[in-house]
Amino acid sequence: MAEPRAVTRRGDARLWLAGGWLLLALLAAIFAPLIAPQDPLAQDLMFERLPPFWMQGSEPGFWLGTDSLGRDLLSRLIYGGRVAFIVAFAAASAACLVGSALGLIAGYFGGWPDRIVSRIVDVWMAFPPVLFAILLVAVFGTGLTSVIIAIAIIDWTRFCRVIRAEAMSQARMDYVENARIAGFGRIGIMLREVLPNVAPAIVALLSLEMGIAVIVEAILSFVNLSISTDDPTWGGIIAEGRLSIHQAWWILVFPLITLFLTVLSFSQFGEGLKNRFDPVMR
Amino acid sequence: MSVPCLAISNLSATLANGVRVLRSVSLAVEPGVVTALVGESGAGKSMIGKAVLGVLPPSVRIVEGNIALEGIDLGELKPKARRVLVGERAALIPQDPLTALNPSRRIGPQMTDRLVHILGWAGDKADRRVRQLLDEVQIRDPDRVMQSYPHELSGGMRQRVLIAAAFAAEPRLIVADEPTTALDVTVQKQILRLIAELQKEHGTAILFVTHDLGVVAKISQNVSVLYAGKVVEQADTPSLFENPQHAYTRALMAATPRYTDPLASLKPVDETVLAGLASEIAAADRDWVAP
Ligand SMILES: Nc1ncnc2c1ncn2[C@@H]1O[C@H](COP(=O)(O)OP(=O)(O)OP(=O)(O)O)[C@@H](O)[C@H]1O
Ligand SMILES: [Mg+2]
Repeated sequence: MAEPRAVTRRGDARLWLAGGWLLLALLAAIFAPLIAPQDPLAQDLMFERLPPFWMQGSEPGFWLGTDSLGRDLLSRLIYGGRVAFIVAFAAASAACLVGSALGLIAGYFGGWPDRIVSRIVDVWMAFPPVLFAILLVAVFGTGLTSVIIAIAIIDWTRFCRVIRAEAMSQARMDYVENARIAGFGRIGIMLREVLPNVAPAIVALLSLEMGIAVIVEAILSFVNLSISTDDPTWGGIIAEGRLSIHQAWWILVFPLITLFLTVLSFSQFGEGLKNRFDPVMR
Repeated sequence: MSVPCLAISNLSATLANGVRVLRSVSLAVEPGVVTALVGESGAGKSMIGKAVLGVLPPSVRIVEGNIALEGIDLGELKPKARRVLVGERAALIPQDPLTALNPSRRIGPQMTDRLVHILGWAGDKADRRVRQLLDEVQIRDPDRVMQSYPHELSGGMRQRVLIAAAFAAEPRLIVADEPTTALDVTVQKQILRLIAELQKEHGTAILFVTHDLGVVAKISQNVSVLYAGKVVEQADTPSLFENPQHAYTRALMAATPRYTDPLASLKPVDETVLAGLASEIAAADRDWVAP
């Protein structure tokens, strides 16, 4: 009796910590104009490479210091969250929708639907994802929408593979057979009986995928293939920080920490939610 | 003579490799009567139940014969019509109450699903019906059970829920596939008594699959003895026990546990009986021409 409860409490702490960070970052991004202490684009060469607030030579109002053009790092991180979250939600949802639907159909129906879907997934997986993304963005042109489309196009297979396997094992369960005996059709059974059992996996993957989308967006920004270079993005800040790592480590370190915390939180939040969703684990 | 509730005639089924798993099986279940289907593991008992309910595994193919539910030949129907007819008139009490309920859904909706979506009842009427049935299977707190998830109930409770669900739609035929084997001995007896009671009350015909002749004696009026997918003996239950015709039936009886002589129960079926069965099956297969 003590064991499951301990697991639940640990799961809860994880869920709250991860959810707390995500909520904080999300709210900051949404209300960036109200929260950001400075204009993220305002350059001031008098203030270039100011250190964070606890170090010698910092300026009040520039909490995390400034970059090599004198722009406030904290404000840029806050504004960069906007792009990160938009990409995370839009790309992960699109990938989730396509991948889960195809995975569910392939896994539950088996037979030729499964053969077709599995073959497509195999072909898809043959491309190295980051190169694939760069290629796609190069084709679509840079910009928020094409980054989102590129991530969705690459990553739907992640959902498809996992959900297919889950749906396949559910399809063999007696309760699915019982629903058939009761007179239900296949699509009805897929939605009513199978979907609730794969939902926890979908939720966990969706959250994980949001983290992955943030990373991919950062990578694309890093190689200057994401959105226009004026708007701050985490990947873009990291790219700039890399150039002045010896003079001003904070320009690189703070966006890395932000990125790391966000990605980690997404995956932990997903795992926590999955356990919440699963009636047997609850 | 009335139309039998279930009439299986001359049913043969093969696996993908051509091996026969059912060998020209014929059996009938009269309305309101419990017919037992007894045989060892692998005899094809579940296969017959699945054929009736239309859930044979894809590797198994029916090659001849037909199945009629209340005079309607199921083979003549389109898949959807067949599914709905079976859903309306037949139900299953499954062997394993652990896997027969959906772990992610509450008991209540799982039980009312068929009433609402297949029989077209209003939601509150279905709710009332299910509550009444849970009452009949002696579940003390139906409302709490309906709000529960399967894992919150014991094995015996789950089997009661499944029995209630099977009877809730007032089917004419219930296939009970070893409904007590997954339960522990004390619970087995209660569940068996419960099924017998509900059967009498509702006048439902049951095809009762079991490997236990003791259970056959308790619950059924008729018996078919199955060996390797072939019906070797058919009789009403009292005459089967008084005067078993087939050597295999006698061997099964000798192998049934008796409290007075527990060691005797371990006696395997006699070699000569098995040899006789083997030649009987071989003869049947020789005479049989795949249609
Ligand atoms: N999905 C399947 N595919 C192929 N063959 C199967 C399948 N399921 C069962 N069989 C075979 O069909 C035969 C009959 O199996 P069935 O499950 O009907 O036996 P049973 O009499 O119900 O036995 P038990 O008492 O163990 O439940 C067996 O020889 C078995 O190996
Ligand atoms: Mg069986």
